[in-house]
Amino acid sequence: MFRRIEQTGSDSVTVRIDNREFQVPAGISVAAAVLLCGFRKVRNTPVTDSPRLPYCMMGICFDCLMCIDGVPNQQACQVEVRDNMAIDYQRGAAELLQQE
Amino acid sequence: MKDFDFIVVGGGLVGCSIAYGLARQKHRVAVLDGGDRSFRASRGNFGLVWVQGKGANFAPYARWTGQAANLWPHFAEQLTAESGIEIDYQRSGGMHFCLQEQEWDERVSEMELIRQHTDGMFEYEMLGHDQVKALIPQISSNVLGASYSTQDGHVNPLYLLQALQQGMDCHQVRYFPNQVIDKIEARQDGFHAHATEGVVSAGKIVLCAGLGNRGLGDMLGMDIPLVVDRGQIMITERLQPFLNLPTLHVRQTAEGTVQIGYSHEDVGLDDGTSPSVLKKIARRAVTMFPFLQRVRLVRAWGALRIMTPDNNPIYQQSAECPGAFTVTCHSGVTLSAMHAGPVAEWIAGRAEHNQINHFSTDRFNVSQN
Amino acid sequence: MKSHYQVLVIGGGPAGLATASAAARQGLDVALVDEQQAPGGQIYRNVATSKDWAIKYLGKDYLRGKQLVVEFRQSGADYLNNASVWYLDERLEAGLLMDGCSRFITADRLVLACGAQERPMPLPGWQLPGVMTAGAGQVLLKASGIVPDGRLVLAGSGPLLLLLAWQYLQAGVKIEALVDTTPGWRLVEALPSLPRALPAIDYLFKGLKFMRAIRNAGIPVYRKVDNLRAEGSDSLESVCFNLPAGKAGNGSEIRIEADTLMLHQGVISNLRLPLAAGCKVEWNGRQQNWQVSKDKWGQSSVKEVMVVGDCAGIVGAVAAELQGRLCALQLGHEIGGLDSGRRDAAAQRIDRSLKRHLSIRPFVDKLYAPAPAFQLPDDETLVCRCEEVKAGQIRQAARMGCVGPNQVKAFTRCGMGPCQGCLCGSTVSALIADEIDSPLETVGYFRVRPPFKPITLGELADS
Repeated sequence: MFRRIEQTGSDSVTVRIDNREFQVPAGISVAAAVLLCGFRKVRNTPVTDSPRLPYCMMGICFDCLMCIDGVPNQQACQVEVRDNMAIDYQRGAAELLQQE
Repeated sequence: MKDFDFIVVGGGLVGCSIAYGLARQKHRVAVLDGGDRSFRASRGNFGLVWVQGKGANFAPYARWTGQAANLWPHFAEQLTAESGIEIDYQRSGGMHFCLQEQEWDERVSEMELIRQHTDGMFEYEMLGHDQVKALIPQISSNVLGASYSTQDGHVNPLYLLQALQQGMDCHQVRYFPNQVIDKIEARQDGFHAHATEGVVSAGKIVLCAGLGNRGLGDMLGMDIPLVVDRGQIMITERLQPFLNLPTLHVRQTAEGTVQIGYSHEDVGLDDGTSPSVLKKIARRAVTMFPFLQRVRLVRAWGALRIMTPDNNPIYQQSAECPGAFTVTCHSGVTLSAMHAGPVAEWIAGRAEHNQINHFSTDRFNVSQN
Repeated sequence: MKSHYQVLVIGGGPAGLATASAAARQGLDVALVDEQQAPGGQIYRNVATSKDWAIKYLGKDYLRGKQLVVEFRQSGADYLNNASVWYLDERLEAGLLMDGCSRFITADRLVLACGAQERPMPLPGWQLPGVMTAGAGQVLLKASGIVPDGRLVLAGSGPLLLLLAWQYLQAGVKIEALVDTTPGWRLVEALPSLPRALPAIDYLFKGLKFMRAIRNAGIPVYRKVDNLRAEGSDSLESVCFNLPAGKAGNGSEIRIEADTLMLHQGVISNLRLPLAAGCKVEWNGRQQNWQVSKDKWGQSSVKEVMVVGDCAGIVGAVAAELQGRLCALQLGHEIGGLDSGRRDAAAQRIDRSLKRHLSIRPFVDKLYAPAPAFQLPDDETLVCRCEEVKAGQIRQAARMGCVGPNQVKAFTRCGMGPCQGCLCGSTVSALIADEIDSPLETVGYFRVRPPFKPITLGELADS
């Protein structure tokens, strides 16, 4: 559904999205990476369980909430991809995180 | 000319409860409400139906609150049935956490005092850390224990207000939003409120306008002493359920968001927020529930509580203008069941209510003399 | 890090950059707060590090941002990047969140250059995966060099939509259709303003250039369409609309299969920080927009607060930059010892240029005013994307006696979600105004409350 304009000339990082490995360009946002890898949802809403994808890409709409490296409800469009990052769907309300 | 049996001034939880109660007794009621930006304690409410800790300094208030909480289950059922609106009421029991020995000791004596005031009607237990943890596994080791009463509960205060308005509508209450009242005339033929809508007239009038009551009371020969008290509250993103009963500082709503309070400030008519107070509230919450540290805040707000000099409610009929009443209090959620029931009956003249005499403004005059 | 500056500028777009650079060059002690990693704002996002190929697709207007960033870098102003303003109130202490730490900064003058956001465009199915804003398309292009691949439809109205179509054509992106929702009578309303726009004729030529390119590329363009909606079960499958009644289309329904739909209907001022600071705002009927009230220098109703750029009324990138330069002159005058004569002399040339760039606005504003259908959606259309509240529920609350958005919010939860009303506020006010037949100015808007950017309880507790 999305592609890069220029295929060459930038470093890439490896991320796991929904437990599958992908090579994506370094420096892009998680939301951009998820779109580039062809996903058709990032989360299900806590109200009606309906699927959503990033909508505004500039931090306003909060539709791109994902679970990133185990932390729920992150705005995927505001977080840059990092090597070995684990990116998962946000399913409804946030899970509770115990403090280490 | 618009003629009614009652004018209720104020469309918050207090005014709507009384209007709803009056209308259920088949009276013709008009509610004159403020606008979208009025100070509204009802919109800043924490949603507790709360007994524990109330009335330690005033036995009639302890008994009054206890009765309100006991009326609530039936009141909630009736309101939901009539309005068709689910208000998320649960009499789940409630806790007040103690973090230090001193807090614990003070809590014990306060709770015991209330139990005595109510001749044992108020029941509570002091739970140690392990007992609290058995009920709320997420609690931190910083919490020494808690006072616990099965008589406490919670409700969604916004849905409660909406249900009351819908209930008013079912009983043909006329609701006038966006009203400013310039003048109220007390004449032989009744009360005439000069409002934005025009002149609204009725045989009796009830002032339930919160902070507006002072100015309105002046028009009807009532000196209503008010103290403004700002509370700040914040709310988080939705979380999976972790807290199935409310506590005084933290409660999880039916939607999954976590409401966190609470604070007292004397800052006049400023319903804003301040970072230092928000920080204090957040700090206490994460001390109680460490996992909240990584939870995001969605919104914080301030709201003005309507307090009286001794923090207890005022129920008063004007001596100068009989037929004019005022209801001035905080805890509009807990007392909603009383306001829609016994208080509405008292105002309608259907019932003598000996208890209500305790709440007249005479108590302030006595202490001044 | 310092906790006090003479001037604290919030926002790293053209208005903020120009203000900060010009104020710092006058010797003022200036810091600029930017939530992005690099200066440029949304319009010049990533401009400093953009590759040559990007410039080719984005056009030469985008390059103007590069010069602004160079000036800013050389000006001596402090740059606080990756910093979001989570707190502000009338005491004017700005709460910044940087690297998970909150700190407060004060300043003699606060300059709010927080720009604009796209006007929400509620239509049936706009919550479906695959529907996004044209602005989102631009961010993907500028920040990541990513473009749609598959069946793409652009819909709505406004210059940004045409610009995006042109940029996509340069980048070799296939566009299935351009669906223009501008009602036919808008052009009739706008035409009388055309002569006034002549000084800025370059804008008009640019628009014509875009339209010509779209036509030459053979992209089907549907004009004056009605009843636009996105359809699909789990994600977007098709875009549907009706052609205008009358000779050509006769109201017939068109359905285009699509993977991605990008929507746009202009931009609205970003008011959260100005409102938090206590600035007066006013309704601009021509732009259908609440804007911060200000004088020519950017002085708001609050003495210590200046406002520049799109948050004080939609002006566009170049005018925003010029407003920033005027604001810096006034800052120099008020706190930097610049006498009024030199200030006014320096302002004269900027004024002339600003006037020229603003002359296009009446025509553009009238032509691209949002179509009523997207201001007042059908009862079944979602208005609040966070709490999933439909237009019908808002109308019902209004009928129950809610005379403003804050009461509607209390009854419906509309605007209570994480976006805090950014994606529903303008629609809610319009729906209430229509339902109770009251002017929008009276109905008002959502009250803003902190946090203005996400902060965790832990970050707040440790602040």
